[in-house]
Amino acid sequence: MAWTRKFLRIDLTKGTVKVEDLNMKWADEYLGQRGLATKYFVEEVDPKVDPLSPANKMIFTTGPLTGTMASTGGRYSVVTKGPLTGAIACSNSGGYFGAELKFAGWDMIIVEGKSPKPVYLSIADDKVEIRDASHLWGKTVWETEETIKKTHQDPLIHVSSIGRSGENGVLYACIVNDLHRAAGRSGVGTVMGSKNLKAIAVRGTKGVGNIRDPKEFMKVTFEKKKVLADNAVTGQGLPTYGTQVLMNVINEIGALPTRNHRDVQFESASKISAEAMHEKRPDGKSHLVTNQACFGCTIACGRISKLDEKHFTVVNNPKYWGASGGLEYEAAWALGCANGVGDLDALQYVNMLCNEDGFDPISFGATIGAAMELFDLGLIKKEEIGFDAPFGSAEALVKLAEMTARGEGFGKVIGLGSKRMCEKYGRPDLSMSVKGQEFPAYDSRGIQGMGLTYATSNRGACHLRSYTVASEVLGIPVKTDPLTTDGKPELVKAFQDATAVFDSSGVCVFTTFAWTLADLQPQLAAALEGDWSMDKLNLVGERIWNMERMFNNSAGFTSKDDNLPPRLTNEPAKTGPAKGLVNGLAKMLPEYYKIRGWDNDGRPTNETTARLGL
Amino acid sequence: MNITLKLYATLTDYLPAEARKTNQLPMQVADGTTPMDVIGPLQMPEKLVHLVLINGHYVPPAARVSRALQEGDVLAIWPPIAGG
Repeated sequence: MAWTRKFLRIDLTKGTVKVEDLNMKWADEYLGQRGLATKYFVEEVDPKVDPLSPANKMIFTTGPLTGTMASTGGRYSVVTKGPLTGAIACSNSGGYFGAELKFAGWDMIIVEGKSPKPVYLSIADDKVEIRDASHLWGKTVWETEETIKKTHQDPLIHVSSIGRSGENGVLYACIVNDLHRAAGRSGVGTVMGSKNLKAIAVRGTKGVGNIRDPKEFMKVTFEKKKVLADNAVTGQGLPTYGTQVLMNVINEIGALPTRNHRDVQFESASKISAEAMHEKRPDGKSHLVTNQACFGCTIACGRISKLDEKHFTVVNNPKYWGASGGLEYEAAWALGCANGVGDLDALQYVNMLCNEDGFDPISFGATIGAAMELFDLGLIKKEEIGFDAPFGSAEALVKLAEMTARGEGFGKVIGLGSKRMCEKYGRPDLSMSVKGQEFPAYDSRGIQGMGLTYATSNRGACHLRSYTVASEVLGIPVKTDPLTTDGKPELVKAFQDATAVFDSSGVCVFTTFAWTLADLQPQLAAALEGDWSMDKLNLVGERIWNMERMFNNSAGFTSKDDNLPPRLTNEPAKTGPAKGLVNGLAKMLPEYYKIRGWDNDGRPTNETTARLGL
Repeated sequence: MNITLKLYATLTDYLPAEARKTNQLPMQVADGTTPMDVIGPLQMPEKLVHLVLINGHYVPPAARVSRALQEGDVLAIWPPIAGG
């Protein structure tokens, strides 16, 4: 099997390191990564636990294909209870950290308790140490990675760490690895900070073995790489233009949330798009420097950019003149459209701050959008912030990002996220979030299925739990009408279950633009012992989804939380194809519950849990 | 009548040089012109003409040869793309 069959249990309270055998029965039932770690989590943690208490745990977890020759097989996830939402959190990252963890001989790390002082975990194959991190506390992600590599005299170490925002309690802090890849959403970095765990540094030299049928595995992974290469999206579109190619499309179809979802089209979208990143500036250079791949990836969608050295954000700060990660579509949307800011270089600068100090650009940007609306309404005063913060102000966006990263002044309020901030100012309706987590870059008035996706996502509003945009807008695998609710409950369920399998395998969900489960299945079957038929995978995906749902129900969530802000269900879109439309969640939700085998309160029935073995 | 043609991503290269910066080209076309009447002369590879929108609404392949453009319409085209 593609498992090492060993994982680490780190008790930070006691300062102990234990080696345990992986539960192979659970691996057979929940596959790996998201599914398997969530199984461990729900078995070990009280659903009502305070996410920032020592009783919460966090699991760094790989999939069976992590570190293998499967394309994009470098993914790892962090599973915990999220402080932003109070729901199950599972954030997935690329880069090289996940594969390195597997090379060191470990499938997973369970972190529990709370260290009395800042520490980092050092893993060099079998040598695992909890080390003092007093000298790293207060440092950024970038400083932390560099310092750890110098300390160990090894540039090949891969580091996952938190920045100052994770130390300062920003509720949407990330865990960043390899400088600019992140387990980005739901505040998994905040949990790490609450445990006084600054970083995990890994060096692995063992490689990955235990593939059930190596010859068949090499054959089938080669064939599936060819599928990716021959596909126009994964072979050409994503490597050339990256995710940012969506900016103009989503604007054209009238589903680009703008100024805290007041509008659905942004007049400056083209200025912050993929095409704009390719364009030559007056200095003769383009914003985009190159694309970049994560471990084992044959798509290479990542963007590496350089901003204009004369831009106001960096003119006196050469530290930010080098090439760095970004912009990706979600960050460009949240930092730009959500706030009405059409300054590409300002967005890239703030994106660099998000990477440098580890905070989620989606939740941060959307919270700024809500703050700008509260400022516009006179509910937040200039005196409180220290400066004007109208929609469209790149200066305000930049200053608030710097303040949030450092935990200074009004940045502390921004760090609470939009739900808590809007409640504080008496307008909870202005938080564009579900279960406390901010929306990503698709307005559900113009893409109806995404309303149901957001409302039912187990980790709060998220596009990565069922990306029906692929079907409703991009025609993958088949084109459906984004303006109708018809057929969307079935579509959302199918995307949710299939995505749960991909997230549990060790490969990237972006492969699904070319692959279906039928492409993943033979790779898993060649790697793993046991039955990994299509029927089994479909069942496992559904099982994982229901397991997460049951944890949330036990944590106190009910059907009332499967909801959207009133703006999206009461205020029609003003322009574009969706003009006059609101999201039809009320029509979709009962049908979705029925298809899921849940009762009217959104709880899996006994029949459903029995069928899924839960 | 006047329409606007927008080409994005790798299709940008099929626009005249002066139109590439904005990805759009104002055009005058005869009444009854269909999307394919506009697309055909550009000689774009068929497989790259993937997402065809008129005023943001998707036009299925079969309708691209029959639906007449109207005054002021915006015809926007993308190759196969994705993101997220």
